[in-house]
Amino acid sequence: MTKPQADKPTSKWLLVLFWLYVLLPLLWGVSATIRKALALFA
Amino acid sequence: MATDFFSKAHITARPGFSRWLVPPAALAVHLCIGQAYAFSVFNDPLTRLIGISEPAADDWKLTSIGWIFSLAIVFLGLSAAFAGKWLEKVGPRLTMFVAACCFGSGFWLSALGVYWHSLWLVYLGYGVLGGIGLGLGYVSPVSTLIKWFPDRRGMATGMAIMGFGGGAMIGAPLAVALMDYFKTAQSLGVMETLLVMGGVYFISMMIGALTIRIPPPDWQPIGWRPAEVSQKMISTAHVHIDQALKTPQFYLLWLVLCCNVTAGIGVLGQASVMIQEMFKGSVTPAAAAGFVGLLSLFNMGGRFLWSSASDYLGRKNTYSIFFAVGALLYALVPSAGMAGDKLWFVLLYALIMSMYGGGFSTIPAYLADIFGTRYVGGIHGRLLTAWATAGVLGPVLVNYLREYQLAQGVAKADAYNMTLYIMAVILLLGLSCNALVTAVHEKHHLKHNDFDELDGIYPARSEQAGAAHD
Repeated sequence: MTKPQADKPTSKWLLVLFWLYVLLPLLWGVSATIRKALALFA
Repeated sequence: MATDFFSKAHITARPGFSRWLVPPAALAVHLCIGQAYAFSVFNDPLTRLIGISEPAADDWKLTSIGWIFSLAIVFLGLSAAFAGKWLEKVGPRLTMFVAACCFGSGFWLSALGVYWHSLWLVYLGYGVLGGIGLGLGYVSPVSTLIKWFPDRRGMATGMAIMGFGGGAMIGAPLAVALMDYFKTAQSLGVMETLLVMGGVYFISMMIGALTIRIPPPDWQPIGWRPAEVSQKMISTAHVHIDQALKTPQFYLLWLVLCCNVTAGIGVLGQASVMIQEMFKGSVTPAAAAGFVGLLSLFNMGGRFLWSSASDYLGRKNTYSIFFAVGALLYALVPSAGMAGDKLWFVLLYALIMSMYGGGFSTIPAYLADIFGTRYVGGIHGRLLTAWATAGVLGPVLVNYLREYQLAQGVAKADAYNMTLYIMAVILLLGLSCNALVTAVHEKHHLKHNDFDELDGIYPARSEQAGAAHD
């Protein structure tokens, strides 16, 4: 049997939280890479 | 039942589900598996597991360790190619779940290999199991994204595949930080780091698997209707996975991807050495590492920007830009090197790398345009054998040509010039293949009365307008 799911709209908070969950580590990685890349022009 | 939990019926979205939850679910997987490109941070510690401060006689050699990454890439290509049909049948949740199990347990088995100092266990762990996780994880969300974003296929796949480019940027500093945390006088902390990373990646990929949803067969975005006038290069029909292999378009697109990746991957691997030899004395190893980091940023950014732009430019035009402009840029690099213009050299390479990344992210949307959306995940998986081929061809070509040039007495600073011109020729070959890509002949299309054995429905159902979600 397929589990019934509610027909309510996706919460905006859930959307924001999930995007932050993936984007924050990515921004951390990008900033670390930019710091390393600056050595090229030092 | 557990099998029901993974079924397509169970993960079919209900009205009200926001399609904008799907890209982060895909990113949660791709940001993890993108760690593969950062595996080299383990290379040096793995050569000093016994000696700690310096390699001991019984320590593993760097050449043996190099096989771990190569094996992972080979198994990425094999699993993506062979699991394509299964993926379309079972849906993205089960595929992501299996990918998470393989990738996570690959790390754990490797940790055991480090603990017992058994390189074969590391080969089996990260190389084989991890590689299968990579391949399944890479292709699993692609067709789902294309089905959720028929209006912006390029942007949707660009978001996920950008994650694969960005995964190394998280994986490398994370591994370094963890090894620093766990290291002691008797250990470099590699085993503990592999255990923790395996756990973190397993959980993150499972979050993606639990969040992913597929659209109902008759779903379309609010206010969007497929073009009334049929566009020649965007098919509304579908081609079966096996039938796609019988079309010339599949092989032309295989060559298109292979040429684009061969040209990029060959020089990417040599970027650090190349800039130091071309600008001898003015570029330190630290600055060269910064150059490689900058290329990674452009590689990642290009994945999103170029594939998003392809929604407006058209897939064929976008690839024509990659090949024509890319060939010109490769041909200009030697002159920048000879003129000693570092900024120009870096800018040329950055643009080249953005197009290299763009090639990866634009190809799924190109396949969806040519073969339809129904089997695009499986067809994409089979096309990724071009990536595995280029992964071998590119570095071999660059290394062989460099050695040949040096043997002929060419100065180190000039040894790359011939290679760069040959890369430009490879891109021109890709341009010719791309020019030959046309719409698939009707005889290959899935007919209305062809029963679809993958999910038991008729393809015509998916072309009717239906309930809308955002």
